[in-house]
Amino acid sequence: MARDEALPELLDDRDPDYIRDTLPLAWLLATLWHRAEVRGLDNIPDDGPVLLVGNHSGGNTSPDSFAFSLAFASYFGVERRFHQLAHKLVIASPGIGAFLKKHGTIEASHANAEKALDAGAAVLVYPGGDWEVHRPSWQSGRVDFAGRTGFLKLAIRTGVPIVPVVSIGGQETLFVLTRGEALSKALGLHRFRLKVLPVSLVIPWGVTLGDFIPRLPFPAKLTTQVLPPIDLREKFGDDPDLDEAYDYVTGTMQTTLDALADERRFPVLG
Amino acid sequence: MRLEECIEIRAPRDEVWDFIADADNHPLFMAGLTRWDVKKGKHLKKGSRIDMRMSVGSAQVGSLIEVVECDAPADMAWTSVTGIDQRGRWRLRERGDNCTKVSLRLAYQAPGGILGWVVDQIAARDVRRNVRRSVEALKEQVESGVERARVRRAG
Repeated sequence: MARDEALPELLDDRDPDYIRDTLPLAWLLATLWHRAEVRGLDNIPDDGPVLLVGNHSGGNTSPDSFAFSLAFASYFGVERRFHQLAHKLVIASPGIGAFLKKHGTIEASHANAEKALDAGAAVLVYPGGDWEVHRPSWQSGRVDFAGRTGFLKLAIRTGVPIVPVVSIGGQETLFVLTRGEALSKALGLHRFRLKVLPVSLVIPWGVTLGDFIPRLPFPAKLTTQVLPPIDLREKFGDDPDLDEAYDYVTGTMQTTLDALADERRFPVLG
Repeated sequence: MRLEECIEIRAPRDEVWDFIADADNHPLFMAGLTRWDVKKGKHLKKGSRIDMRMSVGSAQVGSLIEVVECDAPADMAWTSVTGIDQRGRWRLRERGDNCTKVSLRLAYQAPGGILGWVVDQIAARDVRRNVRRSVEALKEQVESGVERARVRRAG
């Protein structure tokens, strides 16, 4: 089969056997270190493309992403095509980049997401990106997509349902003191799609600038709730109003995050 | 990892078998079950396929399983097609009048070499508890059904 008739090349790096072999490590970390709990997986359609939209927490290591990926692969099997969108600097990181690619992570772009959905994949996207993932830790219970509506346009264009994935606990695996957006701008990092340069308190380095060096996450309890699918055209008509759809999706997620926050009695311990 | 739990049920073997062979009954007694989708037909027979998951630690682990042996009313065995490698068996043996010894055997192996072995050891506690609760719930379900039938007949 010619390349243009086969899967797009960027989807080729995903390796189900590799994912299968690394599930035990993910299970040990998720179960013993983070006491992770993922609820509502049966809300995800059993087959076909779906856009999983999550709130992003935990800095670049994003432990709730790997806990959800473990849950997804265990529940649906490693055979089901599942891709996650990530910042290109994360994918380009030595070591971790190759690991993530084998797990199906691809560079975040509309074109890449559309190719994955066209291939029938479940695609996990974090519209809040580096802005949300580096929000100060005391804003842990806030969904903050910074007004980005690209995920809505993608869902409308491809006609796939949105399934919200709401997590809490990730922002307690490090303590972000400030996003450092002014510093990022002053250093010109925004030219590399880096709008933030966070100042955080992490193990074992103490206070750090940026989020580039490996660290040990605090053993925060992670809880994720998967919500029922949202068909934007069914809900808002053939030509959905983006502001209305944005408010609906983020509002639904915020309500769920508030409920998850109410369940927590202590930071980190859960 | 190999686990086995046995229990004696005060009911004829045929009745216990009929209860187990009805796929719709499994969510009533299988502990920790989070998914039980029977692919076709509610009556389990050789070739039946079921998508099953069980909550273990932070994941819902399981497999698409296929019934590979169905020798009524004595043995039903299955093996995994996809997902976690597993084999299982229901073994029913008569123990005098109206009493059946039921054994549930489960053998499974997580992928990933040494780490998989570590996971098997840690997860065994949860899985063993689920298997134990399952046979106890089966006993309760079957014996209460037998009792209801006896009362109906007497009434």
